[in-house]
Amino acid sequence: MLDVRDLSVSYGTIRAVRGITFTVGKGELVSLLGANGAGKSSTIKAIAGALKTSGGAVTLEGRDITSANPEQVIRAGLATVPETRDVFPDLTVAENLMLGAYIHRRDHAGNRENLDRLHTLFPRLAERAAQAAGTLSGGEQQMLVIARALMARPSVLLLDEPSLGLAPAIVERIFEMIETLKKSGLTILLVEQNVNQALAVADRAYVMRLGAIVASGTADEIRSTSDLSAHYLGG
Amino acid sequence: MAFAIQFVIDVLSLGGAYALMALGLVIIYGILRLVNFAYGELIMVAGYTMFLTSGSGLPWLLMAVLAVVMAIVFGILTDYVAFRPVRAKSVTAVLITSFAFSNLLQNAALLFISPRPRNVPLPDIFSQTVSIGGAITPVRNLITIAASIVLLAAVAFLMRKTTLGIAMRAAATNFTMARMLGVPANLIISSAFALSGFLAGVVGLLWIGRIGTVVPGVGLEPLLVAFIATVIGGMRSLPGAVVGGFLLALIDTTLNYTLSQDLLKFRDAFTFSLVILILLWRPEGLIKGPASGQRT
Repeated sequence: MLDVRDLSVSYGTIRAVRGITFTVGKGELVSLLGANGAGKSSTIKAIAGALKTSGGAVTLEGRDITSANPEQVIRAGLATVPETRDVFPDLTVAENLMLGAYIHRRDHAGNRENLDRLHTLFPRLAERAAQAAGTLSGGEQQMLVIARALMARPSVLLLDEPSLGLAPAIVERIFEMIETLKKSGLTILLVEQNVNQALAVADRAYVMRLGAIVASGTADEIRSTSDLSAHYLGG
Repeated sequence: MAFAIQFVIDVLSLGGAYALMALGLVIIYGILRLVNFAYGELIMVAGYTMFLTSGSGLPWLLMAVLAVVMAIVFGILTDYVAFRPVRAKSVTAVLITSFAFSNLLQNAALLFISPRPRNVPLPDIFSQTVSIGGAITPVRNLITIAASIVLLAAVAFLMRKTTLGIAMRAAATNFTMARMLGVPANLIISSAFALSGFLAGVVGLLWIGRIGTVVPGVGLEPLLVAFIATVIGGMRSLPGAVVGGFLLALIDTTLNYTLSQDLLKFRDAFTFSLVILILLWRPEGLIKGPASGQRT
C-alpha cells in the first residue's frame, strides 16, 4: 500500500533521515518508534509532502508521490495528522470537519454520511459542533484532528504522536479509537514514543535511531528485543 | 441635532471607505504575512480605467464595473508578478518585488498617461447634496456608507458561510495544515488577491469620487490609511481591520471638527500621536488575530 524506499530528508547539511526503507501493507497498522530527534516526524512530513525529500521514493498504491505537494498527497488518498495537533482554533468544530472533506466538497450526501459515522465514533465532537476549536481540551482537539483527517476518506492514515502531552486516561481512549479504526480496515502508520501502547495495537513496527531504521519486525519480535530501551535511552 | 447627524455621517462614510481599504490589505496579510505595497496602485488602476473609458460613451455604471474588474485583474497580476515567484524563498524579496511592482505601475501611468491630474467621469449624483434632519451632506457620503455596509456584509458572508471563505480563514491560521487537507495554496492566494483587488476597485471609485481626478500617486494615501487602520485593529484580524478603519475615521473627523484653522494643517501629527498611544496600550492591535500562524 505505502512503500517508502531509501527516503532521505536533510535540513541544510544536517541529514535528519538517512535512507530509510519500510512498507505498510493494506489494512495493516504499522508503528514507527524512536526517541525524540530520531527522524520520525521528518519522515511523516516528507511523506505528506510538507517537507522536501533529498533522496529516495515514496509510492502509494503504486503511484509515485515522492515529490507531490500536500494537496496532491491527500488527493492520492493519504491523510496526515501532524504531531502539532493543528486544529484551526478560530473555526468551529463543524467548520474544521467540513474542511477535512474539502477534496469531496461537492459530494454532500457522502460527507453527511461520513460525518454521522464520525459523530458516533466521537460523540464529543457532535456536542461541540458550534464551538470554536481553540476552546476544546487537548484530548478533544486530538479527536478533532483525527476526525478531520477521516473526513477526507483516506486509504492510509499517518498519525504522528497522537498521545503527545495528553493525560493517561485520554491516551487510553485515543488508542481504543485507533484500534476501532484499524478494525474498520483502515491502513495506519502510527508514529509514537509511547512504545508499549503503540506495540499493543500495532501489527508490525520499525525502530528509528539517528535517522536510520535499526530494528524491525512484528510487535512481539520488537517487544522481545532486549535492547529496545537502549535505542530510547541513547545507550 | 443637525451637527450630530453631520458628524455621524462623516465618520461613517470616511470609516466605511477606510474599513474597506484596510480589509483589502489585511486579507492578503492574514494569509501570507506579507504587506502588499502595490495595493494603492489597484486604486490607481481603477481610476485610470475610468479616465480611459470616459470618452467611450459607455454608461457610467458599466465603466465603474470595468474599473473594478481591472482592479481585480491587476490584483491577481500582483500575485503572479511580485509574489508567486519569490514568496516561498524570501520575505525581503517580496517586500522589494511588491514595491517594485508598485513603482512600475505608477511610472507606467506617468509615462503613458500623464503626471497631471486627469478627470474621472462621475454621475451627477456624486456632486449633489441632500438635507437630512437639517444637516446638509453630499449624496456620495451616503453612497459610500451604503456601499460599505453591503460590501462588509458580503465579505462577512463569504468568509463565514462559503467553503472558499472558510478555507481562506483556515489558511490564514495554518497554511500548511490547510494544504494537507487538500486546499490548494495557489487558489487560496489568488482568491485573496482577487478579493483584495475587488475591494480596492470599489474603494477607488468612492475615493476618487471625492476628488474627481486621478494622478499616478493617488494610491499612496489609501495604502497608508489602510496600513495604519490594520495596525490599530490588529494586523491579522478581519474584524480588526474594520474596527481600525472606523476608529481612524473617528479620530480624523473629530480632529477636523475640533482643531482650529491654524492647527488643522497638523492634523496628521495629532492622528499619529493618538495611534502611537493606542499601540502603547495595545501593541498587537485592538483585536488579536488567530493564535498560531506560519508562513509558507
